[in-house]
Amino acid sequence: MDLFPIFDAMEQTWLATVIKESLWYFPAIEAVHLLGLAMLGGAILVVDLRMLGLGLREQTIPDVAAAAQRWLVAAIVIMFATGIPLFLSEAVKCYFNTSFWVKMGALLTGLIFTFAVRNRVAASGSASPVVLKLAGSFSIAVWFVVAAAGRWIGFS
Amino acid sequence: MSLLSFAEWLDTHAWSTALHESLYMYPWIESTHVLTLMLFAGTLIIVDLRLLGVAFREVPVSEMTRRMLPWTVAGFVIMVTTGVLLFYAIPVRTYQSLWFRIKVVFLVIAGINAWWMHRKIMANKAEWDTTPVPPRPARSSAALSLTSWAVVIVTGRFIAYNWFDCDRPQPDWVILLAGCVLDEV
Repeated sequence: MDLFPIFDAMEQTWLATVIKESLWYFPAIEAVHLLGLAMLGGAILVVDLRMLGLGLREQTIPDVAAAAQRWLVAAIVIMFATGIPLFLSEAVKCYFNTSFWVKMGALLTGLIFTFAVRNRVAASGSASPVVLKLAGSFSIAVWFVVAAAGRWIGFS
Repeated sequence: MSLLSFAEWLDTHAWSTALHESLYMYPWIESTHVLTLMLFAGTLIIVDLRLLGVAFREVPVSEMTRRMLPWTVAGFVIMVTTGVLLFYAIPVRTYQSLWFRIKVVFLVIAGINAWWMHRKIMANKAEWDTTPVPPRPARSSAALSLTSWAVVIVTGRFIAYNWFDCDRPQPDWVILLAGCVLDEV
């Protein structure tokens, strides 16, 4: 299936046009995207570090994961709320951009893994140290790829 | 020697030019600087949210700072190292960047606030270590920390845009604040 017409149409939308015609909108939205990245980093790392036996070691893993959850969700909401407008304004560029597709693949993997696997492993309180360390390491790795590929969209 | 002539002196270094024009090194250093936000600012946000009394309320403040701040410090070391290299690569333009100057001001504010927090506010920490919502001075300091670091991040990103560069026509206030040197006519 050829997705190009869809990407082309997305860049013709009202929101995309408004952002493209402004000198400030793209940088301003992107700056908030960066603030969201920092928050996402904290919400992810505090749990992953704990699963690796680092960070808040006096707390149980289910407690840390439960406390971080709302901040993780809030960060993801900020990332989508800013990331979608950024994408719309340069949808055609993204279509031809390898980094964009790597990011989308990693993002989908990261979201599914985090909510379907990692959070369950963290909440169970009975996972073996090996499973915990694998889940924590994979989470850090996949979100790192999301962020790095995201940065790389701008270099092409 | 003025700061401008210091920046101009750095600009004469072959290494500065090599870094600036490098196809891979510059983007790699810049990306490391950006991605380390997740470690540095991320862990800082967690600690500040705890001090605001809105997250990890069951975790004693002393435990939060002891366990998380080493990661923040590690991130900060990477930030400073890559940041200095980024400045070194483009010294004159960065020195005369309005955004860079605002960023430095808020870095200083964030630094003084952090010093104040550890020196004064944490002095009687034992009295409120396990309190879900810390006393007002601690919350104020945490709010100032979050605000000033947010300004540092946003203005840092804006350095990349040339809106207020000295080589473009600028209003007087920009010329003054950015320290532009106008050509003698």
